[in-house]
Amino acid sequence: MSDLLLEIVTPTQKVFSGTVKSVVAPGSQGYFGILQRHAPLLSTLAIGEIRARVDDRDKKIFATSEGFLEVSSNKITIIAEAVEEANAIDVDRAEAARHRAEKRIAEGREKWDIARAQAALSRAINRLHVVGKN
Amino acid sequence: MATLRDIRRKITSVKKTQQITKAMKMVAAAKLRRAQARITQIRPYAETLSAMLSNVASKVDHSLNKFLQERPVKNVAVIVVAADRGLCGSFNANVIRHAKNEIDKLVDEGKTVTLVTAGKKAFEFFSKRDYAIDHKLSGFFNHLAFEHALDISQYVQSQFVNGAYDQIVLIYTKAESAVKQHIMVEQLLPIKPQELDEEQGSFEYIFEPGPGVILDKLCPKSVNIRVWQAMAESYYGEEGARMMAMDNATENAQEMINNLTLHYNKARQAAITKEINEIVGGAEALK
Repeated sequence: MSDLLLEIVTPTQKVFSGTVKSVVAPGSQGYFGILQRHAPLLSTLAIGEIRARVDDRDKKIFATSEGFLEVSSNKITIIAEAVEEANAIDVDRAEAARHRAEKRIAEGREKWDIARAQAALSRAINRLHVVGKN
Repeated sequence: MATLRDIRRKITSVKKTQQITKAMKMVAAAKLRRAQARITQIRPYAETLSAMLSNVASKVDHSLNKFLQERPVKNVAVIVVAADRGLCGSFNANVIRHAKNEIDKLVDEGKTVTLVTAGKKAFEFFSKRDYAIDHKLSGFFNHLAFEHALDISQYVQSQFVNGAYDQIVLIYTKAESAVKQHIMVEQLLPIKPQELDEEQGSFEYIFEPGPGVILDKLCPKSVNIRVWQAMAESYYGEEGARMMAMDNATENAQEMINNLTLHYNKARQAAITKEINEIVGGAEALK
């Protein structure tokens, strides 16, 4: 049986590279799963969690920002601006980011870029949601 | 002939200069290492992104996306990436000379060229010479961050979309190693997708949500990352060039010190010989 290869790349590092059994990813139109011999696919990703089953016992969970996922010939490539493994997430930092974003949204449009603050808020909430799942 | 004291003074002065160049070389070497780490970090991301983009672009009509659309070229924007500081050998001169040739060529072809400069040295050169500069970013390489690339990238993108520029060219230094450097001239916009090899091109892809939406998201990202990569490469080249220049300077200073020391010893010996002669001559006269 051929292996399914997963690669997660961000501008600062290669977060993960290895063979997996299956991957569930947050597509912009809903979560979807990928198994071996999946048809070639290119999809946008929304903020959410990536679940990768490494083998029968071991699975990895990542928090991701918006990005892209490509499947071709049993290789999955995910690129996003920020991807973190669940147990590598800094809770304090995410918590601080959430407070900052909430404050900015509350303070309103004159002072801050609301769209950016909202994006930051959903990233922070996502991190806090994913943390510790591994 | 220079007196002994003059020579000694000169030696001390050259030694001090040598200390400075040596320190600068060390600083450049440390920065070079950091710059190199940064490049190796971006590379996989940039390559994957560009591969994906080429893949989608080869399967959809280019008129779907404004970043891919070729239009008659009248207004060209040239982004020149040079350094903020000097003392790095011919690094700045090389890239600026190359850029100037490129710009003059475009002007000869009857195009209107506007400049976007990154790095103080590029701005200084072109602002003194009657070139139209639309946008500049200076004094940032010391704390280079992705935001700086975004600043330039988003500016040219908006100008491209609203029709002020028809084509955007990116000129920067790419360093293979600290010594071997090339000047790169690339078309940034409209995006020219890479040719795909047979195997990659033959797949029938599923696009989610749709190729148009994916392209709309991929294109700006790809432009951003290419500007960022150019800046990172240029900075790596700059520090490499600086390290080489300072290494040469240190060596030259050492050579100068050696020569001066030789002169100094000769002069000292001559003075001693002269004194002995005088004493002997004096003693001889007393007999």
